[in-house]
Amino acid sequence: MSQMDLPPYATPGQRLWHYTFKLICGLIFFFLIAPILVIIPLSFNALDFFTFTPGMLAFDPEAYSLKHYRDFFNSPDWQQALANSIRIAPSATILSVVLGTLAAVGLSQDHVPFRRTIMAILISPMIVPLIISAAGMYFFYARIGLQGTYLGVVLAHAALGIPFVIITVTATLVGFDRSLTRASASLGAGPLRTFFKVQMPLILPGVISGGLFAFITSFDEVVVVLFVGSANQKTLPWQMFIGLREQISPTILAVATVLVAVSILLLTAVELLRRRSERLRGLSPG
Amino acid sequence: MTEATRTGQMLAADGTPLKRSLQRALRAQKLRALMLIAPLLLFIMVTFVAPIADMLFRSVENQIVSDTLPRTAQAIRDWDHNSGEPPSDDVLAAFTIDMIAAVERKQHTRLGTRLNYEQNGLSSLFRKTGRGVGDIGETYRDQFAALDPAWTDPGTWIALFADPSWQADHDAWEAARTAARSAGRPFAEPVPPFRLKDGMAGVLPETADAYLDFARAVQGNRNGDPAARAPWPPVYLALYRDLTAVGVGRIATLDEAAQALLDPAHYAVRGFERADLAALYAGIDRAWSQTTVWATIQTFSARYTPGYFLTAVDLKQTPDGITSQPADQKIYIMLFERTLVMSLTIMGACVLLGYPIAFLLANLPMRTSNLLLILVLLPFWTSLLVRTSAWKVLLQQQGVINDILVWIGIVDNAGRLILINNQTGTIIAMTHILLPFMILPLYSVMKTIPPSYVRAAKSLGATNWTAFWRVYFPQSVPGIGAGCILVFILAIGYYITPELVGGTSGTFISNRIAYHISSSLNWGLAAALGTILLGVVLALYWTYDRLVGIDKVNLG
Repeated sequence: MSQMDLPPYATPGQRLWHYTFKLICGLIFFFLIAPILVIIPLSFNALDFFTFTPGMLAFDPEAYSLKHYRDFFNSPDWQQALANSIRIAPSATILSVVLGTLAAVGLSQDHVPFRRTIMAILISPMIVPLIISAAGMYFFYARIGLQGTYLGVVLAHAALGIPFVIITVTATLVGFDRSLTRASASLGAGPLRTFFKVQMPLILPGVISGGLFAFITSFDEVVVVLFVGSANQKTLPWQMFIGLREQISPTILAVATVLVAVSILLLTAVELLRRRSERLRGLSPG
Repeated sequence: MTEATRTGQMLAADGTPLKRSLQRALRAQKLRALMLIAPLLLFIMVTFVAPIADMLFRSVENQIVSDTLPRTAQAIRDWDHNSGEPPSDDVLAAFTIDMIAAVERKQHTRLGTRLNYEQNGLSSLFRKTGRGVGDIGETYRDQFAALDPAWTDPGTWIALFADPSWQADHDAWEAARTAARSAGRPFAEPVPPFRLKDGMAGVLPETADAYLDFARAVQGNRNGDPAARAPWPPVYLALYRDLTAVGVGRIATLDEAAQALLDPAHYAVRGFERADLAALYAGIDRAWSQTTVWATIQTFSARYTPGYFLTAVDLKQTPDGITSQPADQKIYIMLFERTLVMSLTIMGACVLLGYPIAFLLANLPMRTSNLLLILVLLPFWTSLLVRTSAWKVLLQQQGVINDILVWIGIVDNAGRLILINNQTGTIIAMTHILLPFMILPLYSVMKTIPPSYVRAAKSLGATNWTAFWRVYFPQSVPGIGAGCILVFILAIGYYITPELVGGTSGTFISNRIAYHISSSLNWGLAAALGTILLGVVLALYWTYDRLVGIDKVNLG
């Protein structure tokens, strides 16, 4: 019996509290999820309003349209931003995954000098407030000529994504059975072959979900790109930020809906990977 | 028995002592681990740590004053600002040369902007002085010209101060240019960089120094030719000052042509009409005859300054020590306090809302809780800007929430609530955004609390509340601690959400940092504010690492 079930002998007071608690939890879940869901119908508004029109409430098909989506796909500004996002995020992801996985494998060895310090440095991009990272990168990248370049934005985003790769891959490596690599070595495989044929397939779920985290970090990131990038490197979040700050247009809701769809896809992928990884490590996913 | 027992040490298969053999293997293992980590460590050092270090450096760096006014910074060092007297002619002469060179290089406005952070009005004063400083020294130029018209001829100065090898290079360059021009070819070859004649600095130190600066500034400014321009009037001021100070014997060490030019001048300067530098500067602007401006220059002529940090805590560095900022400029302590208070409020709201959810998730059967966890993870994975724009839309006065409240009848149409562009907006939106960061660590701690403890408490007669408060809650405190630190660290440095929904009253210190980087261009102050914020966050990070271990952050 689960803790949350009401025992048959519960007093009326306990019953009342039990349902009140469930109601409170329901309201909090509503608070968490409703703001994200509410923008989806609003993005199909036929008028340039940010609230439900009487027509929408009456489910009048006339009140709904794909107008804002057409705006998104026809506007050169939004399309340039989309293209830049698609260009920058994967490059940054690949960089953080390759470097991060190597380092995580190194960090999981038995005898690593200064392990704690190195770990703290590698995780720091996640902890340092973005505005400070952005300020520092703006000053420093301007000195070395990277400010306002694609390379600068990619390097900055890769640095921000690395902590996620390190965390997820080290977590997978904790459950990694070291005798497998020894067995592989005793059967004559070199270190590289052992890594790619034995270790890599087992830690792959962790690597991929680290990569997805790194991807979403870059894909969502706006503070650093505002400072390190210039108008040529504007990404989707940049365009949304500018739009929200200056004159808010309903096209943003259409873009937001598209992004919600993207995050649902990513979330599903990460969940499936996590379950697979737990199954591989012999933990029950429930 | 084997050899090992005889010698008292174990040997490995290859005959080396086992201890050494193991040590070698261990060293190889350490090296291999470090080799794997090295690329990333290097990458982070260059792309992330170096920028942060650069920011720390900028928060104290103040080289612009001593770089733009090097002679003044040197000369003003011994001036006593409490004397009530403006600095001596030596300082004013040094300042004149520095200033005209800065004007030629177009750096005096930047310097004015920098010093304006410390004293209002200096920006316009430097612009004004930049327009007038070229006239200082004209008296002397005219008198030298009356003595010998050759003094206004650029060639005279070149012959006197340029190194003979440079003159040869310059002649060759000029010949090439003439040839190119007559052939109609474009010619973009730069003038060879100016070199000073040996020995001149010993005889006419100020003039040589000023002329060298003149030649370099002219070359740097759209590649001008120093041989085609007579020096700035202030150089004649330097010449006058040198000639009144130098002895005849020194001039006699120069070549004959130079002696022929300098000897009569050296004799004549004693009869020159003197220009009153202090009066000339007072004529440009009365501020120069008071000590305050000079005192500011003196105070900030050091290469490093605590000034930005003092400004960041509403203090001010003055010539007479550290004082408090005027009341209307005290904003940073207030902003830090507001950031702190609002971050704590958001953290508290996250605990209140997150605790029941984490409790529910931890105590439901795994299948249901995994399903409900999706509702927590979806906002976590949704773009920050999507969530912020959702709140911006919902909280508007004509937005969904106000519409619903009016429809229910809680507020009337005229009394729609102002939920956005103030602190309420920031707190609501940020609580929503940071709530998953509270729920996830809480949940992972609560999952490990065995349900048998609560059952035991109840079987011993505890009420539901006592069992929860005395048994369950204390065990969940580590989760609250971890979640609180995480949410607080994230909240204190937030920029995007306060910028978009905070208006003016709901913004954080990070918004001020961004303002100083991109609008007011006071990078030093931005760096100092950033450094303070970074210090707070790192202290919390360190605590978090001690309490939880940073590599154990649960990402869902």
